Amino acid sequence: MTPAGFLLGKSRWTLPELIFWAVAIGAYFAFPRRHLLLNEIAVLGLFALSLDLILGYAGIVSLGHAAFFGAGAYTAGLFAKHVMGEPVTGLIVSAGVSAILGFAASFMVLRGTDLTRLMVTLGVALVLYELANHLDWITGGADGMLGVVMKPILGLFAFNFRGSTAYLYSLTVLFLAFLLARRVVHSPFGLSLRAVKENQLRASSVGIAPARRIVAIYTLAAAYAGTAGALLTQTTQFVSLEVLDFTRSADALLVLVIGGAGYLYGGLIGAIVFKLLKDALSIASPAYWLFWMGIFLVILVLVGRDRLMGWPRAAAERIAAYLPGRKR
Amino acid sequence: MLTILFDGVAYGMLLFVLACGLVVTLGLMNFVNLAHGAFAMAGGYVTVVLMTRYGVPFLACLPIAFVATALIGAVLERTLYMRMYDRSHLDQVLFTIGLVFIAVAIVHFLMGSQTQVIRLPSYLLGRFEVFGVGIGVYRLFLIVVCGALALVLQWILASTRFGSQLRAAVDDARVARGLGIRVSRIFALTFAVGSGLAGLGGALGAEIVGLDPTFPLKFMLYFLVVVTVGGTSSMTGPLLAALLLGITDVMGKYLFPAFGAFIIYTVMIAVLMIRPSGLFARVGTR
Repeated sequence: MTPAGFLLGKSRWTLPELIFWAVAIGAYFAFPRRHLLLNEIAVLGLFALSLDLILGYAGIVSLGHAAFFGAGAYTAGLFAKHVMGEPVTGLIVSAGVSAILGFAASFMVLRGTDLTRLMVTLGVALVLYELANHLDWITGGADGMLGVVMKPILGLFAFNFRGSTAYLYSLTVLFLAFLLARRVVHSPFGLSLRAVKENQLRASSVGIAPARRIVAIYTLAAAYAGTAGALLTQTTQFVSLEVLDFTRSADALLVLVIGGAGYLYGGLIGAIVFKLLKDALSIASPAYWLFWMGIFLVILVLVGRDRLMGWPRAAAERIAAYLPGRKR
Repeated sequence: MLTILFDGVAYGMLLFVLACGLVVTLGLMNFVNLAHGAFAMAGGYVTVVLMTRYGVPFLACLPIAFVATALIGAVLERTLYMRMYDRSHLDQVLFTIGLVFIAVAIVHFLMGSQTQVIRLPSYLLGRFEVFGVGIGVYRLFLIVVCGALALVLQWILASTRFGSQLRAAVDDARVARGLGIRVSRIFALTFAVGSGLAGLGGALGAEIVGLDPTFPLKFMLYFLVVVTVGGTSSMTGPLLAALLLGITDVMGKYLFPAFGAFIIYTVMIAVLMIRPSGLFARVGTR
């Protein structure tokens, strides 16, 4: 098999994937009263997808991915408030701002060990949190930013109270972002990233420049996180400090761990499970969601992530194996 | 000005006691323990409960806080942490974040979300002036206690049999085991003492830094800074790092209150950029 053939084979669409996206659209009609929740799932899915790009494909453990989410969220809010209320433009601007920030921050994760990276990513998120907290004449500080009013998307589709437009909007953005991510990870570039993740030294000895690849994927991931943040702002028409909170970074990690890192669907499946769990548990006892999340994390690691959480991928492969009409 | 410096030193000393347990687990054993602050919080809350509900005097609370947290640490080490030593950093991060969340939720459930106040005994209150420098009695007390602790720790680590066994176990666990050193028992003991010191720090610091359920999250980064910036060659590095951190933070908050904790984070990132393995890293090994 030629290298190009190998990559093409990997990037072919499989039936479970098509089913997944069909279900995502079907959910719009099946749960007409839960569009707000569906929208949140789509936003979280995009955020987790963004973390997957750096954790699952480049092996960078980040504790501060909320930095880019928050940057995107605040940019979208400010843009809508002071420049124009058209969402798609705001989305692109937010992604751009986050990408620039990610590009700058990527040089900091190049150096040092896992631990240094943990601290630097955490530190960047904390710096942004402090900035947003203290620049309250711009961001509204701890009270959050009010007065974000969104115009109809492309001047055609207005947001409604039930979140129907919001869900379709977020789902469309998520799908487009997903297509791009799929293209990227199945390209030669994506393959070289995996080599960097496995062993930087060996990767560089076969002619891959690890630093440039990490910078590139980190910037892309930051743009994705910024897009997710902007989506949240635009669909809720509100920004608060919560978008930069540490728990948001931890949430993304947990989501990715639930779904499994390194195959793109992990973040999306994880987001569904996570949000539904949170929704169910929050009804039972809103204050102690954190407790269950902690228990879950501890058990997850003790039992072993692969053993417990290999299921989405294993299930997909099982389904694919039984489906008729597959070549090879 | 000198008063601020003095407060900074006291704060730094406190940070050192809070973080020195982590110097061993994270710095020496290379275990990413983000839950270290939870032990400090436990010590703080033990003190609060003992003082307000049972009327135990403050000074008697300090050793109790140490022992109680050390016991919690020992139990957790034997049951859970033990299994995590060989795992990947991601696993350790997830596991310890989980522990932090559990601790935060439990404390929130038992004690409520308000900031707890410790009423210090009257002989530790007040301040006096020496050559125009205002010195808080409690801060002086902190400096003396923490300074003594630092000296004792350095002595244990550098000049006792246990210290050299620990250093051997950390450098190469297999060889140490081959020499008849009971590595796992040493790790357990070290972990317990480290947790106990964090608890002691929490009890001492509750008055200064404030105690509420989000304590482990708020101070997570501070502990990590002390360890990574200080390096692990001796107790001196972390001590200097803690002092630097304390002074910078207190000065930043006094002189530029508008920026809050902003300065300290920026300084930390800058230091890590220039010296990824810490300001006082040991050279050569590993």
